[in-house]
Amino acid sequence: MPDNKQYKVFKIEQGTVIDHIPSPRGLAVFRLLSKNNNSLISIGLNFDSKTVGKKDLIKFEGKIISKKETDKIALIAPEATINIIKDFKVIEKRHIDIPSDIHGIIRCLNPNCITNIEKIDTIFKVVEKKPVKVMCHYCERTAEVKPDMIDKE
Amino acid sequence: MPKFKGKSIVSLKDMEKKEILHLMKKAEEVKSGKLTQVLKGKVIASLFFEPSTRTRLSFESAVLGQGGSVFGFADPGASSAKKGETLSDTIKNVMGYCDAIVMRHFIEGAARRASEISSVPVVNGGDGANQHPTQTFLDLFTMLEKKGSLDGKVIGMMGDLKYGRTIHSLAMALTHFDVKLHFISPKELNIPDHYYDYLKAKKIEYVHSTLESCGKELDFLYCTRIQKERFYDPMEYEKVAGSYKIDKTSLEYLKPDTFIMHPLPRVDEIAVDVDDDPRAVYFEQAHNGVPVRAALLGLVTGTI
Ligand SMILES: [Zn+2]
Repeated sequence: MPDNKQYKVFKIEQGTVIDHIPSPRGLAVFRLLSKNNNSLISIGLNFDSKTVGKKDLIKFEGKIISKKETDKIALIAPEATINIIKDFKVIEKRHIDIPSDIHGIIRCLNPNCITNIEKIDTIFKVVEKKPVKVMCHYCERTAEVKPDMIDKE
Repeated sequence: MPKFKGKSIVSLKDMEKKEILHLMKKAEEVKSGKLTQVLKGKVIASLFFEPSTRTRLSFESAVLGQGGSVFGFADPGASSAKKGETLSDTIKNVMGYCDAIVMRHFIEGAARRASEISSVPVVNGGDGANQHPTQTFLDLFTMLEKKGSLDGKVIGMMGDLKYGRTIHSLAMALTHFDVKLHFISPKELNIPDHYYDYLKAKKIEYVHSTLESCGKELDFLYCTRIQKERFYDPMEYEKVAGSYKIDKTSLEYLKPDTFIMHPLPRVDEIAVDVDDDPRAVYFEQAHNGVPVRAALLGLVTGTI
């Protein structure tokens, strides 16, 4: 398996490997997940990939990413694959699924939207999957999801 | 029969075709006098965080004419919002005193938010650049009243199709029917691209036309104003604006039964001497807001 070859480059004992992130979105994915994260992180950029051309790769030693974090990755790199590692083995291949509704996580880019005026959680409906386009439940504006719309909390 | 009682009407997206048609039927019954006093004993709050005299008067006339009572504020200066109260708190307060809330707000999504907090139905009278559903309902009502049905009808939309909320909303509503649309606008003010996708998905035929070329096909000509501020180059405005105005001469491009509509207020896009033409129905259209709003409030408060 080509994946095994890459694990030899910087193998982790346990944690999370996010692979097949289309370049150059690796650093954006990293930024989304880096807050309050003290694990050892390795980032690889511009690997050759059969499926996505050039790909980026991130490994978190000791950190199992949450469902919410998986959803964030789905929004900017739906092509990525997520493997959870224990004792140097893949114990879970997490499927990236773009949810039909997104609660929280992204903020509305419309400055005149009620979600940017009063303290309420955002709700978006996914209207297109590639690239991910969402419609705000409140102001009904539609936008393509960009990394700077996603909360880093 | 569609269930309206307790339902908030925030966006056109909240209404299915059968619900729209049911509202149209009830509005017709209110207008003809078959239904009367449909808001008897009902108290309606009218919260205008942004002034809009025409919309407010239409709603208030609808309530008072049907035996209801109305209270509220007409401009934000008089409201608690000015003193820093959140929208949520205003709604939580007001819902204790009324059977339904009509609100207009300059913030987009404000009506949706209010509807989630309120225990009584909220009717959106306009939220910023987003939705103004009762305008669309009175437009549809006028069309149905004039032609009996919308299927097979041809509608010209003229003027500012890019920024006109009324146009966008009407175009969406018309996709429930088998209509053909003619877009008559300068290229700078074409309807935004995603509406073309939507129309295609709904199999609605549309073309870009000039009034001269399509006038003889139209059942309705829906006009809107082109604002000078929409153009980078004022010269460009001067060049094009004249082609999107209606006067005695342009009336000749239309059929004897092409009805001319406009959401009002008009500035100079329809010459005053067109008003006397029997095809000019824009004031009648505005007046139809009263039975349509009365019927809608009757439906959501459960009296109809
Ligand atoms: Zn929004």
